[in-house]
Amino acid sequence: MAKRRIVLTFPKDQVERPIIYRLSKDYDLVMNILRAQVMPKEVGRLVMELTGSKEEINQGLKYLKESGVEVESMAQDIKLREEDCTHCGACTAVCPSGALFLNRTTWEVVFDRDKCLLCEHCIPACPYRVIESTF
Amino acid sequence: MSKTYQEINQRIKKGEAVVLTAEEVIDLAKEKGTDEVAKKVDVVTTGTFAPMCSSGLILNFGHSEPPIKMSKVWLNDVPAYAGLAAVDAYVGASEISTVRGFDYGGGHLIEDLVAGKRIKLHATAYATDCYPRKEITTFIDLNSINQAVLFNPRNAYQNYAAATNSSDKILHTYMGILLPRFGNVTYCSAGQLSPLLNDPCYRTIGVGTRIFLGGGEGYVAWEGTQHNPIRERADNGIPLGPAGTLALIGDIKGMNRNYLRGATFTRYGVSLAVGIGIPIPVLDEEMAFYVSVADADIYTSVLDYSVPSRSRPAIGRFSYAQLKSGQIEIEGKKVPAAPLSSYRKAREIAQTLKEWIASGKFLLTEPVRRLPLETTFKPLEVKEE
Repeated sequence: MAKRRIVLTFPKDQVERPIIYRLSKDYDLVMNILRAQVMPKEVGRLVMELTGSKEEINQGLKYLKESGVEVESMAQDIKLREEDCTHCGACTAVCPSGALFLNRTTWEVVFDRDKCLLCEHCIPACPYRVIESTF
Repeated sequence: MSKTYQEINQRIKKGEAVVLTAEEVIDLAKEKGTDEVAKKVDVVTTGTFAPMCSSGLILNFGHSEPPIKMSKVWLNDVPAYAGLAAVDAYVGASEISTVRGFDYGGGHLIEDLVAGKRIKLHATAYATDCYPRKEITTFIDLNSINQAVLFNPRNAYQNYAAATNSSDKILHTYMGILLPRFGNVTYCSAGQLSPLLNDPCYRTIGVGTRIFLGGGEGYVAWEGTQHNPIRERADNGIPLGPAGTLALIGDIKGMNRNYLRGATFTRYGVSLAVGIGIPIPVLDEEMAFYVSVADADIYTSVLDYSVPSRSRPAIGRFSYAQLKSGQIEIEGKKVPAAPLSSYRKAREIAQTLKEWIASGKFLLTEPVRRLPLETTFKPLEVKEE
């Protein structure tokens, strides 16, 4: 079994079609929706984790692309501007998944993208505004 | 075994002084004892980097042609206080922009100025015979103005209470975002590296002490506001909550942005994070004992910020070793603990100051006046006439 975290962008004219449903029905994928932003007649965004065989995931992603949905790997969506980070650790106070944590030897803030849920709680928690989202 | 400031400075000038950071000295004390620290070590360097709202900048812009007696001043739309002589002003770190609100304030302005950026100056005035101009809009930078002196009325708090939230709603505070139902704890001290925790009774840190301030050189100007030395102390002399404070002064022309950073606390306001390092001479065995303090020996209270009162209830008392482990236990629940004070920068500052002293370019100063040990921190009563 493989896992992929992806960010989907739905064009305005595709928002009302039941595209995600097909992923489970036709490709046997387990979907865990982490965030969604869906409004009638507006561009939609969806963050989710897909679980299934590699082949099924690739087939599912191919179907999404053919349906006009833009597929991005999730990792690019939260950005920590390291050159401006003071490594205070304020962001770690609100991170629910442990993606942002302090290395207790170097006392540097570390961002583990694989654990990030894109909840964005860290963005307002950073006093220096060095965490950005492109969601 | 005791040493004088003169003896230590002689050794610094000759490049013979033994300088350790407040972290490094802990290991030596554990291995060899504090009597060995007193014998071997001349100076211990401390460091801290955290938001300190009671900070600000004194400016002198120079005179325009025709001249103006500025009565209202804005710098990048941040109001400055100009009720001083014609072209003097003071901008506070927590003043907010009239245009950008909490996204930009005095702290950010100070960071931009120290980084060499151009700053928009706007001022208005009532015209007088000697100062006929009524309004001015121009651009300044750090090199174009006469003085830019950081004067921080309250910095380097000797210990600070940690914060948590027992209520059902999220709280936005100057201690960061506090999650509901004891969802987290935040604390703000460099602990074992913090200046006043290494000289808890202010034997060597006093008026006139030369320090590392914002990446440059500064001085202790006075006791800080709200200086509260009579706070309850542990047997090792360390206060168990917020106690002493320092007023600091220094020319920002020698400072840099790495150690002066504008900060925003969401739905609270703006501030300035200040990097401070203070050298502590190991005059005798008592000072050797003080500088050898470790996180496990320093305790603070965790206060419940859901009670909007000046006397917030304490949930418990924890050591910095516990807080810095990243998790403490409140009412049987494991609660994540996170800092607002950058320990990495505190370390960097203590290390930099150590290098300055070891290279012979930074000498120690004997305080010209001790900080008070007896003053109290009074509340403000609301009175009807």
